[in-house]
Amino acid sequence: MKIEVRALSKYFGSVEAVSNVSFTVKEGELLGLLGPSGSGKTTVLRMIAGLESPSSGDIFIDHVRVNDLSVQQRNIGFVFQHYALFKHMTVADNVAFGLSIKKWAKREIHQRVADLLQLMGLPGLGGRYPHQLSGGQRQRVAIARALAPRPSVLLLDEPFGAVDAQVRQELREWLIRLHDELAVTSLFVTHDQEEAMEVSNRLIVFSKGRLEQIGSPAEVYEDPATEFVARFIGSMNIVEAEVKQGVAHVAGLEFPAPDFPDTQRIQIGFRPYYIKLSEDTTHFRLQARVRHVYFLGVAYRVEIETESGLILRSRMNKEEFRQCRFEVGQPVSYAITHFRILPQDHGTPSPAMGIPDSPLTP
Amino acid sequence: MSRHAITALALRSAAIGYVLCLILLPLTAIGFQSFEDGLTRFIDDIQQPQAKAALILTIEAALITTVINAVFGMLSAWVLVRYDFPGRAFLNALVDLPFAVPTLVAGIMIAALYGATSPIGAWLLKGGIEVLYNVPGIVLAMLFVTMPFTIRSLQPVLMELEQDQEEAAYTLGATPWQAFWRVTVPSVLPGLLTGIFLTFVRALGEFGSVVIVAGNIPLKTQVAAVYVYGEIESYNPQGATSVSVVVLIVSFLALMLLERLTRPPGERLPTLLTSIFSPQLLVLRSILKFNTPH
Repeated sequence: MKIEVRALSKYFGSVEAVSNVSFTVKEGELLGLLGPSGSGKTTVLRMIAGLESPSSGDIFIDHVRVNDLSVQQRNIGFVFQHYALFKHMTVADNVAFGLSIKKWAKREIHQRVADLLQLMGLPGLGGRYPHQLSGGQRQRVAIARALAPRPSVLLLDEPFGAVDAQVRQELREWLIRLHDELAVTSLFVTHDQEEAMEVSNRLIVFSKGRLEQIGSPAEVYEDPATEFVARFIGSMNIVEAEVKQGVAHVAGLEFPAPDFPDTQRIQIGFRPYYIKLSEDTTHFRLQARVRHVYFLGVAYRVEIETESGLILRSRMNKEEFRQCRFEVGQPVSYAITHFRILPQDHGTPSPAMGIPDSPLTP
Repeated sequence: MSRHAITALALRSAAIGYVLCLILLPLTAIGFQSFEDGLTRFIDDIQQPQAKAALILTIEAALITTVINAVFGMLSAWVLVRYDFPGRAFLNALVDLPFAVPTLVAGIMIAALYGATSPIGAWLLKGGIEVLYNVPGIVLAMLFVTMPFTIRSLQPVLMELEQDQEEAAYTLGATPWQAFWRVTVPSVLPGLLTGIFLTFVRALGEFGSVVIVAGNIPLKTQVAAVYVYGEIESYNPQGATSVSVVVLIVSFLALMLLERLTRPPGERLPTLLTSIFSPQLLVLRSILKFNTPH
């Protein structure tokens, strides 16, 4: 266990920014803290770094309780969202800053800086100033500066938030490679679910200061523990249905829900690619009309309106789309092949109760 | 020539002509006038005991003013940017007051406060401290009129300096003291230097408030600007011009030094020669640019 956070809470005045959060980060892991802005993920990161002090709870780094250690004593590397490079120093001086504070010998500093610039793909740029670099280069200098004093953990706050989309993609792949090479335990904060899924070994989903779910990207995606996670990760159709004799009903749709008492209202979720469409209106039992077709590059999203007025999103790849060529206004038949019943109580992760495979249709 | 080129030419000519007429021509005029009767006459002029005393007093008082306003200006700018307290907006607005108040009025304000008839003035006098018609009065007047410079040049750079940079220094092991000296101070140095030099240059030329507060006592409280005024009044334009030129040269040197010191890092430093002649070179280059085809 490299980092352990136990029952961590943080109040800003009377506002609870972080509420009773516990998790561990394994040695060498690349873990993403994912959540919308204001969900408390950055505050958690800053508390681990020592830039913010917790209102209650404990933080351990390398099995040592660090609550009472100052940021300077925690031996962490921190990468700030807007780089926070020292503008009046050259790239080499920026990277060397931590080393000179720690009084490394000149020759060793020189060697370490040269090695890091090489590793970061920035050789020959040591003499430049931050304002002479591109956004992606600045971010890599910031990472090099944080890594220079050999921190025991690397903390990154929205590391790719301030660069443009294409550079962001390159930087992500680069960060994964870098992490594979250095195997330094890393924790990064992002609001971009795609980024979190792609980069992390495991991820933690936050909402309103609470920890919603911890798991591998696939687990979080396939098996969302809460309604929030289901909505936030990927795209999901969510409908509220009322249970009657073990079946949940909503607007003509029926979902088996044998474990629920009558009249209970439950949330049913299903991913867009679990809605199958057919241009043959007799192929599936349920009827709808195409409302909108979105071209997404690798796939198509077709928005349908059911007979009872429910609006659902379906997703299909290009081949599937090409076979049917749905047009706006066209009547279609559809089926929902998989669904899950979402946990009711917000914030208490319980095993998903959905029935993973329940064809409702012929 | 295209319409666009003509517009560009007209705009550039207007800008250069404006600067030439307003600044460069009078500068040249005063330069010619002071050296009209040769260099020896100029040196004689500024070596008059009164002239010499006035120049030395002016530079001394301006230097004292600069040091005091640098320290307290930095402090005030820091407090105004970093701390929130009741009355901050009011205090912030008050900082600009010296720009708005005519300097004569500033002088009268100081005279009213420290005059022998006011309680404070009387109390200080009893303790043997003479403020009016004395050097402290001159410094007080200069402090008042130059107060906004350091604060107003530092505020924007302090605001721009995200707290991130200090926090980044902490995460790299720096103590708050190390972060202040190695990160904060170098980052705000251009702003601080600008404030300091503008303060100095402005103090050098101060007339209105000083003449009220310190009077016109030759060899004691007569500053350069007041001396120049006196010489003009007593039909000695030559002497007035010579002392003016000295003040001008000191100011000019100070501004040049400032320009060199605040050049953004990573840009090539010009030689002393090019920096002396940079205004002229600029004009030359712009004129040459007219003739290059678009």
